Amino acid sequence: MNLTPESWQAIQLTFELATLTTFLLLVLATPLAWWLSQTQSAWRAPVHAFVTLPLVLPPSVLGFYLLIAMGPQGPLGQFTLSMGWGVLSFTFTGLLLGSILFSLPFAVQPLQHAFDAIGSRPMEVAATLRASPLDAFFSVALPLAKPGMVTAAILSFAHTVGEFGVVLMIGGNIPGKTRVVSTEIYGHVEAMEYAQAHVLAAGMLVFSFVVLLVLALMNRRQRQVV
Amino acid sequence: MIQLQIKISRSAFELNLDLQLPGQGITAILGPSGSGKTSLLRAVAGLDKNPEGRIQIGAHIWQDTHQGICLPTWQRPLGYVFQESSLLSHLSVTENLNFGLKRSLRSSNIVQSDATQALLASIELLDIGSLLQRMPDELSGGERQRVAIARAIAMQPQLLLMDEPLASLDAARRQEIFPWLARLRDELKMPMLYVTHSAEEVTRLADHLLVLDNGQVKAQGPVSQVLAQVVNPVVVGEDAGALVSGHIGAVDAQWHLSRVDFHGGAVWMRDTGLPVGKAVRIRILARDVSVATSEPQNTSIQNQLQGFIQSISPDAHPSQVMVVLKCGAEEVLARVTKRAVDELALQVGMPVWAQVKSVALVA
Repeated sequence: MNLTPESWQAIQLTFELATLTTFLLLVLATPLAWWLSQTQSAWRAPVHAFVTLPLVLPPSVLGFYLLIAMGPQGPLGQFTLSMGWGVLSFTFTGLLLGSILFSLPFAVQPLQHAFDAIGSRPMEVAATLRASPLDAFFSVALPLAKPGMVTAAILSFAHTVGEFGVVLMIGGNIPGKTRVVSTEIYGHVEAMEYAQAHVLAAGMLVFSFVVLLVLALMNRRQRQVV
Repeated sequence: MIQLQIKISRSAFELNLDLQLPGQGITAILGPSGSGKTSLLRAVAGLDKNPEGRIQIGAHIWQDTHQGICLPTWQRPLGYVFQESSLLSHLSVTENLNFGLKRSLRSSNIVQSDATQALLASIELLDIGSLLQRMPDELSGGERQRVAIARAIAMQPQLLLMDEPLASLDAARRQEIFPWLARLRDELKMPMLYVTHSAEEVTRLADHLLVLDNGQVKAQGPVSQVLAQVVNPVVVGEDAGALVSGHIGAVDAQWHLSRVDFHGGAVWMRDTGLPVGKAVRIRILARDVSVATSEPQNTSIQNQLQGFIQSISPDAHPSQVMVVLKCGAEEVLARVTKRAVDELALQVGMPVWAQVKSVALVA
């Protein structure tokens, strides 16, 4: 394939970003989804709405607020400066943070549905078999929610690969640091390098299709098992 | 001794109990749906919050709100068999059995070898040795319930709670599980609370009976006493009947009949091969008993008992009444129409003859 070194770099960065985002999202979204599926607190509805926000908000809005927050005057920026970490905007870490927020609903929702589907009975059974709540979470709830976890991981990964607006707002398109495939395509188009843009765009198309196909096949197999 | 003080109020339901139950044998909890049977069991297990009360099993206090004690479910050494299959679907039969056993070892001072022995005994008791490698979705309903029961008893709990363990099974599967439950009762020392709405299960399995209605205790005591009282015909419905203890008094080989003698009379039933002198328990359904004011002549019914009317009370349907007859030391129930009571002018205290159409051996 006639890809430039810059394009290869963008592809590599995209996969690094998506892998890290997916990993951190699973760690973060699993307890959050569990809480959402179990709690009867009045906070449930507002938290649920907040987690779902990135689904409906234009990425530029999300990116704009993140940019402000991470900037030297923003609350997050003040914090990172005071810790001696510098400012996160236009860095890979900043991009990672943005991706996590942006893909949060794609991780939380499948997990929450999986936990809801388990119902309360298996956890009650575990309690009558001497399992503490934490023990039961790891030995019963998580294994039973495995299909939901796989779906959450695939969707988070694919969604991060496909993000554009947030990256542009807070990443700034710096080669090797924050330039991912989607912004690389944008750059090629701006520079009228349609051939380069074609290769990357087709790659993204095939990748996204394959991911959704795999997901659909997995869901069908599960339904057959159940 | 099991002491239960439970007080739960929900919007349209209140459960309010303060009772003591025997510390051994099967206590059946009978009552119409919505009477609080399952709520009682869940409160004992700590699955539902009992805001105020006391639960003590033998010397162990599970809850005492005055002392500020309330163990969470997982710290109560109990076994719980749910109404429907409750096997953990991601674990094999062996893993299901070990799930509770492993954890109860950690939280108590049972020795590993004892635990292994208890596990092997429960596998043998419920005959599930051939199922150990299977996954729950490869088992039949009856097999799943047997595994669930084995899983509960393998932990050697202080109390075994069973919530209609046979309700989700068809009649054939139910018959398949009965013998195992009877074995549990005979071979294990742990007390059991057994929720049911089947009079058959009560008469075949229970030693003690607790009848609930609308969240209140309607009656409790040894099975034979409580069943004979006309507690609430609605509760037992078509199955209402008396339980009579006696022994085989004679066997008539020519007609294939055997006679059960009890204090207050004798009845003939089909010969089941039991020897003379053998203690038996028989059930006489209220619908199989008719009442006559004089000694019946020329009737095909072989069994007649003499007694007097102890009480007449309303039955489930307005056309019928439940008549309790005292025959010697035993009580027999008769379900008759109101019109018959009127035509025969039946009154409490009247001497009558009871004609018994059929008798079933229960134990």
